Amino acid sequence: MTEEIIIAGFGGQGVLSMGKILAYSGMMMGKEVSWMPSYGPEMRGGTANVTVIISDNRISSPVLHEFDTAILLNQQSVTKFESMVKPGGVLIYDGNGIVSHPTRKDISIYRVDASEEAVRSNMQKTFNMIVTGAYMKVKPIVHMADVLKGLKSSLPSRHHHLLPSNEKAIEKGMEIVVPVNVVSANCCVNCH
Amino acid sequence: MKEVKLLKGNEAIAEAAIRYGVDGYFGYPITPQSEIMETLMAQHPWDTTGMVVLQAESETASINMVYGGAGCGKKVMTSSSSPGMSLMQEGLSYIAGAELPCVVINVVRGGPGLGTIQPAQSDYFQSVKGGGHGDYKLIVLAPSSVQEMADFVPLAFELAFKYRNPALILSDGMIGQMMEKVTLPPYQPRWTEQEIEQLHPWATTGKKAHRSKNVITSLELLSDEQERHNQKLQAKYQQMQATEVRYETFSCEDADYLLIAYGSSARVCQKAVEIARENGLKVGLLRPITLFPFPTEAIHKLAQQVKGILTVEMSAGQMVEDVRLAVEGKTPVAHFGRFGGIIPSPGEVVDAIKQQFIKG
Repeated sequence: MTEEIIIAGFGGQGVLSMGKILAYSGMMMGKEVSWMPSYGPEMRGGTANVTVIISDNRISSPVLHEFDTAILLNQQSVTKFESMVKPGGVLIYDGNGIVSHPTRKDISIYRVDASEEAVRSNMQKTFNMIVTGAYMKVKPIVHMADVLKGLKSSLPSRHHHLLPSNEKAIEKGMEIVVPVNVVSANCCVNCH
Repeated sequence: MKEVKLLKGNEAIAEAAIRYGVDGYFGYPITPQSEIMETLMAQHPWDTTGMVVLQAESETASINMVYGGAGCGKKVMTSSSSPGMSLMQEGLSYIAGAELPCVVINVVRGGPGLGTIQPAQSDYFQSVKGGGHGDYKLIVLAPSSVQEMADFVPLAFELAFKYRNPALILSDGMIGQMMEKVTLPPYQPRWTEQEIEQLHPWATTGKKAHRSKNVITSLELLSDEQERHNQKLQAKYQQMQATEVRYETFSCEDADYLLIAYGSSARVCQKAVEIARENGLKVGLLRPITLFPFPTEAIHKLAQQVKGILTVEMSAGQMVEDVRLAVEGKTPVAHFGRFGGIIPSPGEVVDAIKQQFIKG
């Protein structure tokens, strides 16, 4: 099993921490992991992205130009990364502010309106965990118990009282993610 | 006890330094390596191991603090990124001339000038050909994973003390900023003053009645003496070349084409080897771990087996010159590079092999 993920959005949406939590979760499961962020001017106001790889095997390149899964949280990211999803792969996006929706027919597309839900349920601070939940529903590779362990190791202990609200946000994400276009699963993660 | 952590390459360097019992770190912040000093400062090692962590007023000051600490036989280090490394070259030349051990880390960013803060490998020449003035060499180690960032701190110190020569860990923004699993070594105590006197009788630890005074200098105005000193240095570099070469090979046994890459580029090339072999192309990879001393012999040997060699560097082509010297025309050698902060994709590397060697 090798899962190559790109997560992209605005700086401040929690893209890098979401990637960190997935990487920690993979490590908790005994997998090989890598986390490669964009750093510098991009994360200071513009777009931020992170490549996370979770694998049973030694990871070769931590930087990739095609992905099994793209999690895209703004228009720039949809525009930039839609074409980089492998045929048969998965694209998950937040519909907030999207005018030009993803259109590929050879990949599975899911929509999670996490920004809208975060505002409605007053969960703005756990927005990225709603998105994480959507990912976990679509691709059940990392499990709740490991994600919670991952959160625990990546969050400073003064924030540990927030763990239950993060768990709630993950469950919300699992609930509200909807399929837009689903291709047959002959290219699922199991055959990699 | 060994600990497994998820760390950035820069953080791994700092953690490894504290655990190895380093006496002092002197540095000045610059992206993409600032986490080294940030992590050291956050860990407060002065409270636990007694390690000094000091933010100097400039890179020039940092390297000269290292010069001073190294002269006392202490394990001292500094780190910077490309523009800061340029400022340190004068100090490094003095340290090499005075034959002192120390460890320097360069987390390379694109140049020239202030360039960019994104990863590059364009400081190869500066690192392996001396860098400052005079005939000298640094021992140069090129980590290609976060684990190696941690492992090469002790290795660099061991080599530096063995040869009384500065050792450089040549990393880049990718290895510095990425996170991977890393197993950290157990803590070991710093050397005591008595241990330093025993292990390093050359160190300036205070004049003792039983020995003549120790003088640390790179100055020798008598040409005969200076020539003898240079001959001694050259003999030392030859000794390194004979005994300290380190490299790793992937899928080279049956390879028709050979990739040569170090550090980040070697990671990209491992993926390129996988892709090429899925497409029926027998490609192998040689990854130099020491850039000085360079794996000249291993490359020369493989050159007789393959139909072509492609070096992949995040530069306009620097290591390719040392590869050509090693190959001595036995097989065609080409270079593929991206620069200015762009990391090449594995697919681009495979395309470059096809373009260079399998035309039509």
